[in-house]
Amino acid sequence: MANFEFVLPPAPTKDVKPAYGQEDLVRRSASTVSPPARQLTPVAKLIDVSKCIGCKACEVACLEWNDLHQEIGINRGVYDNPPDMTPNIFTVMRFTEWVNPETKNLEWLIRKDGCMHCEDPGCLKACPAPGAIVQYSNGIVDFDHDKCIGCGYCVKGCPFNIPRISVNDASPKAYKCTLCSDRVAVGQGPACAKACPTHAIVFGTKEEMKQHAEGRIKDLKSRGFANAGLYDPPGVGGTHVMYVLHHADQPEIYANLPKDPQISPIVSLWKGATKYVGLAAMGLFAAIGVVHHLVEGPNRVSSEDEENAKRLTGSTRT
Amino acid sequence: MTAYDVEPGDSVHPGDPVEVDRYTGGARINHWITAISLVLLALSGLALFHPDLFFLTALFGGGENTRMIHPWIGVVLFFSFFGLFFRFWRANLWVSEDGTWLARLSDVLGKREDRLPEVGKYNAGQKAVFWLMTILILVLIVTGFGIWDQYFSAYTGIDTKRIAVLIHSMAAVTIICVWIVHVYAAIWVRGTIGAMTKGRVTGGWAWRHHRKWLRELVTGRRADA
Repeated sequence: MANFEFVLPPAPTKDVKPAYGQEDLVRRSASTVSPPARQLTPVAKLIDVSKCIGCKACEVACLEWNDLHQEIGINRGVYDNPPDMTPNIFTVMRFTEWVNPETKNLEWLIRKDGCMHCEDPGCLKACPAPGAIVQYSNGIVDFDHDKCIGCGYCVKGCPFNIPRISVNDASPKAYKCTLCSDRVAVGQGPACAKACPTHAIVFGTKEEMKQHAEGRIKDLKSRGFANAGLYDPPGVGGTHVMYVLHHADQPEIYANLPKDPQISPIVSLWKGATKYVGLAAMGLFAAIGVVHHLVEGPNRVSSEDEENAKRLTGSTRT
Repeated sequence: MTAYDVEPGDSVHPGDPVEVDRYTGGARINHWITAISLVLLALSGLALFHPDLFFLTALFGGGENTRMIHPWIGVVLFFSFFGLFFRFWRANLWVSEDGTWLARLSDVLGKREDRLPEVGKYNAGQKAVFWLMTILILVLIVTGFGIWDQYFSAYTGIDTKRIAVLIHSMAAVTIICVWIVHVYAAIWVRGTIGAMTKGRVTGGWAWRHHRKWLRELVTGRRADA
């Protein structure tokens, strides 16, 4: 029995870096970047939930392209399998059986979950390691594992609960969907979009995807889904992964897709005021000490004090 | 003779100058383990707190090592401070003259010792440092476990982690400020540092800053003699 690891050439992604450079960065964690030298066209992946048949071809394509190996798990008797994203699984299908209260119909809602590539990424805001999370001018948010320190701050920053830390690795790092930045950099679409048999996942410029979504929404509305709409949440500045939802008025029925996601105010306070006020407070305390010492001078014990101590302890009588 | 805040090992040696034993060898070792831990925690914590201070990770062998080692130093600090707590807590109980002392803080800072009440082994400022350290270290260890994701990520949800990391950073800022006060006081009040290095202060120092404690030591010695 041939061992395919050896028969097949290694996956082409190994040691391949996205062909983006410093000139493409609009944001870089824990550091500042000069405005990008060139503006790439913003891209987006559009996931039409109404067209998804739950085949999981996208999951497989993702594992394949990114050369990911998840340990075989346990089938818990439901379609959600694997049950959640892991450091080795960047995308999962989330299945919801929902009874439409108006029609009494059972609707099977299948949402492909994964990184939304926010225009205002909470992970990047929270990250303490310079350059570990970057955002390219085409909107892709990418993790640089050479710089990642595995602290898990991105997990706290993300409004969608996406990044996963490989805590069992000798060197834990954060992992998530890259929007196949390596493929996009050379003019290809993400692996999941390529694999999708119903074209529920499509990829293109953000403008094109919005237009495409419009047509889809019109079609859904004509077929009785009055609340069909595009999920491109403004609370995070819009996203570069968008959904067409048949019930866009209640995204939470799609396995708790947040209705109005935004970077948590706790994270903003932690990464904002606390940082500046904190450093200022420490500096102020140190400065007060220096000034006080300069003004008052040291507090020295006088010879009188020593005499008093001798008198008290009876040392003078001997 | 059981003076309220004379600690084991405290004793007075008449002579010229009078010398007073203030901290035992055990207390000093305990103190310096705590001190070194606190400094290392502050440096490694600040490195992850503000991007401008990320360069401090170099002291610990890079960002990953800093992330890994910081919580372990925290555990060392917790147990080390635990030791200090049980050595010092009794003498740090609040008494009536502490309120008076604190109300006259301007006299403290202006070196007008004659206008201050006589205080025992610790003055109100030292007691405030002691209790603030105690509370803040408890807050830091509890919130620290909440964000020690390498081992404990499964025990808290993301909302809890967010709150934990915010409180952790605020408590850390506060404890660093308390630490600055502690270190500055030790430097400003000359003759203090010897208490934690040699274990001993001069009688004049004790007379000037902790007269009640000195009196207790003296009467204790006389009572024993």
